[in-house]
Amino acid sequence: MKSSAPATLTIVDGAAYHILQCSGAWTLHTLAVVAQTLESFTPNKPLQWDIENVVEFDSSGVALWSLYSRKFSKQGFSSEMIGDREEHQQLYHLLYPHHNEETPPPIHRSWLYRIGRETHHSFQGTERFLNFLGEAFIVFLYSLRHPSTIRYRSIGSHIITAGFDALPIIAVSSFLIGVVVAFQSIVQLQKFGADILIVDTIGISLTRELAPLITAIVIAGRSASAFTAQIGAMKMTQEIDAMKTMGFHPYLFLVWPRVIALMIVIPLLIFFADIVGIFGGMVIANTQSNLSYIEFINRLQGALPIRHFIIGIVKGPFFAFLIALVGTYRGFQVSLNTESIGLFTTKSVVNAIFLVIACDALFSILLTELKL
Amino acid sequence: MKPIVIEARDIVTRFGDNLIHDTISCTIFENEIYALLGGSGSGKSTLLREMIMLQTPQSGSIHIFGENITNLSLQQAQNLRRKWGVLFQAGALYSSLTVGENIALLYNEYTDLPPNLIHELVKLKIDLVGLPAHTIHLYPSQLSGGMIKRAALARALALDPKLLFLDEPTSGLDPLSSRQFDTLIKQLRDLLGLTVVMVTHDLDTIHHIVDRFALLGEKKIIAEGTLNEVLMINHPIIDYFFQKEAHGIQG
Repeated sequence: MKSSAPATLTIVDGAAYHILQCSGAWTLHTLAVVAQTLESFTPNKPLQWDIENVVEFDSSGVALWSLYSRKFSKQGFSSEMIGDREEHQQLYHLLYPHHNEETPPPIHRSWLYRIGRETHHSFQGTERFLNFLGEAFIVFLYSLRHPSTIRYRSIGSHIITAGFDALPIIAVSSFLIGVVVAFQSIVQLQKFGADILIVDTIGISLTRELAPLITAIVIAGRSASAFTAQIGAMKMTQEIDAMKTMGFHPYLFLVWPRVIALMIVIPLLIFFADIVGIFGGMVIANTQSNLSYIEFINRLQGALPIRHFIIGIVKGPFFAFLIALVGTYRGFQVSLNTESIGLFTTKSVVNAIFLVIACDALFSILLTELKL
Repeated sequence: MKPIVIEARDIVTRFGDNLIHDTISCTIFENEIYALLGGSGSGKSTLLREMIMLQTPQSGSIHIFGENITNLSLQQAQNLRRKWGVLFQAGALYSSLTVGENIALLYNEYTDLPPNLIHELVKLKIDLVGLPAHTIHLYPSQLSGGMIKRAALARALALDPKLLFLDEPTSGLDPLSSRQFDTLIKQLRDLLGLTVVMVTHDLDTIHHIVDRFALLGEKKIIAEGTLNEVLMINHPIIDYFFQKEAHGIQG
């Protein structure tokens, strides 16, 4: 590597010309000062560039010369070159083989246009989701008529990864929810001396609302994202295309095993969350108001009608259905660039959690109206 | 004798129990186009990755521009990295940036040039690699495979490196584009005084523009030298690689 003097530029005013005396190495890392000088220079007569003493040019040196001689010629002052050599010509012709043209950046649309486009996109999105749902159901009906096409092995493996492997996090979160609810309620109940009602509070709120919701949200965060990323990665490596060409319907192989696995596993996880959550409440009731475990369980049998528990469990498959479908749908939307995988994973988790909460609200209204 | 740019000595690389390189050495001189050849899994890409400091060999030394790259401070490594450009096989353009921004990124990070000069340089590099001028505003996802290669080459050339690493530059290009790409690389070498190190499978590239090459196989470098020198050697892998009996290249 040559290490040479930095680029310099001295502007000398001649009779008919500005003489720009250039010297040093006109290379990328030494050009900043020269560029500043030229940027602030306004000529009033033609220019002569004396490049006799320039020891080295690279593309940035040539670009600098070209840029400013064009700029000055636009202002009406021509440039000529002294001391240039054959190699300079060659480099210039290599770097500027064509007429240097400016292309306008893409047009920036107005806000009205963007609102319209976004609205249109969201309608299209809904339509695409309905298409997805429709095709998935057709495939499902087909697989019901041909039970041999159901991917039992795949369902099993998803039950393990999406269900069994989620047990620790479900245990921790539902235990903590039980603890939190018990703590908050017991302070209020003690004011009335109604400590024993903690059993009713914990039993009903956990089994009916909190355990299903917490389970669904944890699974939405855990599995919806995983489904999107798995399917998205397969799409990027063209595995989905490969499956299609081999006649394996991707919905049959990738969507339904996940949906069915989650529909089986979420009710079980809710049951598990019920037990752990109530246990969390029991621990707090025991420590804070000396309610023994035996007493708690005795009271629970009377205070918790079975229907609350059943409602909680029944919500499970609905939540599972939404989480798995959104996760897989977003996976199929991933396109060939690396950004889209992150984008759609985010979207899938956000949508899944929103849908779970919306579905829960719907259940609440419906069941209250039905007086359940 | 031309000055040595890269000198690898007794490189040993293993992944777990899998020995990739068993004490291999090669030398790359200034201003030459040097190729690393070999079948799949022969470790040629690994050797390239070791040269550009993405991987470290288990033992052995690599000197680039006289500096031992296995033993550099953070600052020295940064300085050295700026002296070379790398073209990855799939381009590796940042997908969140336009082609223009991909190239301008390096100028913005490493130089104090005014914005209009940076813009000029970006346009120049895009033109240099034979891309149409409007690609400056396009995102990588909007480009074809060949255009991505060219855009990535433009980015690799951004800082006017003296050393260029190319990972399978012509793979995925049609034969005509491949030859144009070869010509472009040769022109750049001649005019910008580059040293080019490439991993390639393309026999035409080897025939037309490569000055010297190393053929990797059986965990060793089987042969190193010009095409004619290598074809003189009698070795089954050389015969196989250049299909000497069949319609392949003759010395």
